[in-house]
Amino acid sequence: MNHQTNRTLDPILEVQKLKKYFPVTGPFGRLGGIKGQVKAVNDVTLKLYEGETYGLVGESGSGKSTTGRTILRLTEPTGGKVLFQDKDIFQASKKEVRRLRKDIQMVFQDPYSSLNPRKRIGKILEEPLIIHTNVSKNERRERVFDILEKVGLGMEHYYRFPHEFSGGQRQRIGLARALVVNPKIVICDEPVSALDVSIQSQVINLLQKLQDDLHLTYLFITHDISVVRHISDRIGVMYLGNIVEEGRNEDIFAKPLHPYTQALFSAVPRTNRGGKRERIVLKGEIPSPLNPPSGCMFHTRCPFALEKCRIEVPQRKEMKQDHYVACHLYE
Amino acid sequence: MEKKPLLEVKNLKTHFHTERGQITAVDGITFHLNEGEIVGVVGESGCGKSVMSQSIMRLYDEKYTAKYEGEILFQGENLLNLSKAMMQKIRGNDISMIFQDPLSSLNPVYTIGDQIRESLMIHQNLNKREAQQKAIEMLGLTGIPAPEKRINEYPHQLSGGMQQRVMIAIALSCQPKLLIADEPTTALDVTIQAQILDLIAELNAQLGMGVIFITHDLGVVAEICTRVMVMYLGQIVEETDTDCLFSEPLHPYTRGLIKSIPQLEGERLQKLYTIDGTVPSLQKVPHGCRFASRCPYADELCKEQAPELEAYSATQKVRCWHYKEILKKEAVHESSNE
Amino acid sequence: MAAVKEVDRVRTIKASLKKQERQLFFRRFFANKLMVMGCFIFIVLGLIALIGPMLVSYDPYEMKVAERLNAPSGEHWLGTDEFGRDLLTRIVYGAQVSMGIGLIVTLISSILGLVIGLYASYYAALDHILMRICDGLMAIPGILLAIALMAALGPSPLNVIIALSIVFTPNIARIVRSSALVIREQTFIEAMHAQGASATRIIWQHIAPNTISPLIVQATFVFAEAIISEAALSFLGAGIAAPDPSWGNILQAGKLVIFKAWWMVVFPGLAIVLSVLGLNLLGDGLRDFIDPHSSGKKSK
Repeated sequence: MNHQTNRTLDPILEVQKLKKYFPVTGPFGRLGGIKGQVKAVNDVTLKLYEGETYGLVGESGSGKSTTGRTILRLTEPTGGKVLFQDKDIFQASKKEVRRLRKDIQMVFQDPYSSLNPRKRIGKILEEPLIIHTNVSKNERRERVFDILEKVGLGMEHYYRFPHEFSGGQRQRIGLARALVVNPKIVICDEPVSALDVSIQSQVINLLQKLQDDLHLTYLFITHDISVVRHISDRIGVMYLGNIVEEGRNEDIFAKPLHPYTQALFSAVPRTNRGGKRERIVLKGEIPSPLNPPSGCMFHTRCPFALEKCRIEVPQRKEMKQDHYVACHLYE
Repeated sequence: MEKKPLLEVKNLKTHFHTERGQITAVDGITFHLNEGEIVGVVGESGCGKSVMSQSIMRLYDEKYTAKYEGEILFQGENLLNLSKAMMQKIRGNDISMIFQDPLSSLNPVYTIGDQIRESLMIHQNLNKREAQQKAIEMLGLTGIPAPEKRINEYPHQLSGGMQQRVMIAIALSCQPKLLIADEPTTALDVTIQAQILDLIAELNAQLGMGVIFITHDLGVVAEICTRVMVMYLGQIVEETDTDCLFSEPLHPYTRGLIKSIPQLEGERLQKLYTIDGTVPSLQKVPHGCRFASRCPYADELCKEQAPELEAYSATQKVRCWHYKEILKKEAVHESSNE
Repeated sequence: MAAVKEVDRVRTIKASLKKQERQLFFRRFFANKLMVMGCFIFIVLGLIALIGPMLVSYDPYEMKVAERLNAPSGEHWLGTDEFGRDLLTRIVYGAQVSMGIGLIVTLISSILGLVIGLYASYYAALDHILMRICDGLMAIPGILLAIALMAALGPSPLNVIIALSIVFTPNIARIVRSSALVIREQTFIEAMHAQGASATRIIWQHIAPNTISPLIVQATFVFAEAIISEAALSFLGAGIAAPDPSWGNILQAGKLVIFKAWWMVVFPGLAIVLSVLGLNLLGDGLRDFIDPHSSGKKSK
């Protein structure tokens, strides 16, 4: 809603067929040979346009966090491509990747373990500047004061230690650390999930304000459907390592196509109690990614599963402009 | 016939001794729970909702850490006057509890069957075979497929949702009259959460136990509870039935909470409503109304004198000096908006 | 001008914060009585080792046959040894040797242990090699290993230091590695990776400071053990050789005359016990002091 996605623009970041498998080994590590693979991310393709917020939503084990971390090469990919500024991040050298990390920053979920407890806030925030720039000490401090003010903290916090802050304030510090080097893209990995409701809304508003002020592009990873609806321009729904549906916020909420998306949305407890609504309660649990179902990953829990779903992997189809779904029901 | 209260808590206070002096985490809580009723307790972290529930079970070490005050009448008997041994008999038998993190509440070295049987053998004097029978029955009741097979599995072999079902099976195995559920679905995914909520509601209807449901999620409250208490900094600020909670919230804190959740339906707002500031520390509890420092309606009175919990209607109670004016103002405001 | 003021304001904030932190530090420090006692004993012994030789009026090497094995008296406070040397003087000089060797061994094994532990925790391949070596060294009882090494190197203060450093380094490396492995998994380390920080920066700026507290605690215990081990080596004749005083060889000389001259064993023995006791109290205290969880329980 903040920015209409403009189709004439080239994407700022393009993820193509991203795969990430984790090897499973026996009790003797790799010596005993690889026993199998956890297919954390199976086939993820998405595009980020400048200034937009792309919401990646899914339950635990869907591979949404792994997707975020692999894009930044915090874990090495198994396959695929990530194009940023005409360069494939997956082909870049270690040194180039480190340089790229100035432009693509990350905000983490846990506000408690994401800050070094032994460092003062000032030091924590100056560190990215030391790594990526060679500005003088005074200028670094100026920039840190500047960013502290932008995230709603003050310079009186400069010499404090992380444990003196509440969860919401720590998350602001984590955000400041990501933004101090003026990145283009911020990957937000569940940035508000650990926060209380009243603090969560403060941080969400801050994220949106900073996006407008600093022209940021967000990849917003979350399991919270109401948050993703509030903040995203486009949304991708993940299930067992695949994006099963993708579309513009309004489209996807007005008419979710994939049975999983429908069930996921309907399972969210509502606060407005007007009128009984149909709730689809899915049977069973998410299958283990070690040994995912054949065909469509969702067929074991899908209320509409067809014979075909067990055998054939559904392909991604554009149902409407920018609204994609991977499901055999739409053929 | 009027339902008789199963649990009556009167002016419960829980004090903790800490390095920096005494703090009062639960400060004067009074409420009741009828048989077969599901009452929700909502609040943010640090509001004392978990402390309150653990105080009802007397789980804190009374020698060193905590001191209780007030009365907890369970079926007319004051739990705070019972001996340790008597209390032990009640725990797990008449009152059970389920927690947020099922994996850390289950012992990893015993099978789930061992763990369900244990409480049955302690409290119900069943022999091993009877206990086994009952355990399978309980697992079946909580919707675990193939319970006679699952009973020999270890906790780590089950998924999070299954583990929580096992916890519920253990908690309900002795047919408690009161179940305290402390954020039982917070660690679970939404689709699994929906299953567990359905299960609790179903078992409540079937077995008729009273449930205290503690959560931070207003949506979950709307889904499962008949009555709600909203807590802030160790006190109840509002007590109401669930319908009124959303249609006619009285306390500014409750209003703020409801408004600050992003909505799944209706128009997307450009900006979320926020409650400014953070919850004050228990070491520095404000003088007057505890919410005054974050309240948009606070005036001098609020800062100086603490309001009492007063009845607004038959089902609604609120702890605020100005709730009537706020209600009027907001009504005018809302109607002019439409 | 505004900028100058801003800097001033930040400085005053910093100063007042540091003051608060210092006050809290001292309050917590003095709350732990045993640690204060350990610290006191350690400081007194340290001072004796440092400035004691300037205060005593005898020469530790000067033999006076006429005065051999004198009982403690006004002239010789702690008596004399079998060569008529003043025992107080010998113990004071011995303190310099024993504590000095203890300190150097502690420093060397702490630094080596820190480096080995950190790199082992960070690089998996290195971990296997370094930790197997440490395992091998730790499989042999410390004192046995030290004796074997001394036998190979020959007795001299330098060799004592080398042998004991080899004995105690794996000890520290293990502690550092295990706490570094925990720190490594914390999100802030991942955040530094995401930030593009180099391995060196992550290891030394982010992991190392978080392993220092357990390292310091372990170092005090190593210090105590090093003093005991040095004494044991010297007692067995594998450490500091005869005319040079060390608590261990004074004790060994005393063993021969234990029924004639009790002071020859009691006083050096007391010196060893006191220094080890002081260090252990300090170590235990520091553990509580550094870890807020255990201090909560202790205060009851």
